[in-house]
Amino acid sequence: MGSITLMHYLVLAAFLFCCGLVTMAVKRNAVGILIGVELVLNAANLNLVAFGRYRGGGIDGQAAALFVIVLAAAEAAVAIAIFMNFYRHLTTVDVDRGDLLRG
Amino acid sequence: MTASWRRSTVAAVLAGLAWAGPAWARGPQTAGTAETVGIDLEALMFYLLGGLAAACAVGCVMSSRVVRMALFLFGALGAVAGLYLLLHANFLAAVQLIVYAGGTLVVIIFGIMLSSASAAARYQARPAEKAAGAVVGLLLLAGLVTAVGRIDWSGRIAAVPSAPTVLEFGRALLTTYLVPFELSSVLLLAVMIGAAWLAGSGRR
Repeated sequence: MGSITLMHYLVLAAFLFCCGLVTMAVKRNAVGILIGVELVLNAANLNLVAFGRYRGGGIDGQAAALFVIVLAAAEAAVAIAIFMNFYRHLTTVDVDRGDLLRG
Repeated sequence: MTASWRRSTVAAVLAGLAWAGPAWARGPQTAGTAETVGIDLEALMFYLLGGLAAACAVGCVMSSRVVRMALFLFGALGAVAGLYLLLHANFLAAVQLIVYAGGTLVVIIFGIMLSSASAAARYQARPAEKAAGAVVGLLLLAGLVTAVGRIDWSGRIAAVPSAPTVLEFGRALLTTYLVPFELSSVLLLAVMIGAAWLAGSGRR
């Protein structure tokens, strides 16, 4: 079978997921947060394809990853449109400045 | 080069070497024609690509400028595409490079360019927030690795599958995955109309 097992890919995907999560939590730039989201989605895709390769199931893992890529592209487009509106109103993409609805 | 750029480069190179090191020390695990040269090629490529992906992810976290984060994301996407090739997902690797690295990342870079009044603006979180984020990330990583490590994954291992071709993907998209396929086409139409209206001049 080889020396690289499923565990290797799962640990790598967990590391990518945690890096994306910390990016989402720590960054103040809205596009930086979106980059964190993309890292998380890539980690999930890696998990899906690794399970599809090591645990059977034919094309299921790769088809699921394909649809995740489609959804990630759509989500990035809408997010950038939202950031452009945010920028139009506040002339910044610092998410800490978006407190107009603050009680 | 500024100090932070030097630091992140050194960290990335060291991370990549630390990942790739064991592959050279390890001998071939199975008998076969590919291993007669004494290098486990699959392990070497996994550690190289995995190290690159991990180093780029760390670079994303540590960069203070969003343009550098986008470049690190590009490296991570390319490394993950290489890992897809290792996992016998040829079509998915090509889709990853074309759609993700060549589409989504370009959209992100457009967003960076269109939304930076002062291009050198670096918004920094407070140190307490960074520490809390790091603690949460490390805790989650430890929890995930522990939880995954406790499970015995050795049951029902399939035979080494051949890489699915585009023909199989096309058949699957029109038979097994017909409903998600049609729904995603409706979703993409909605996204196109919505994003164009949201960002267009009609909103002014």
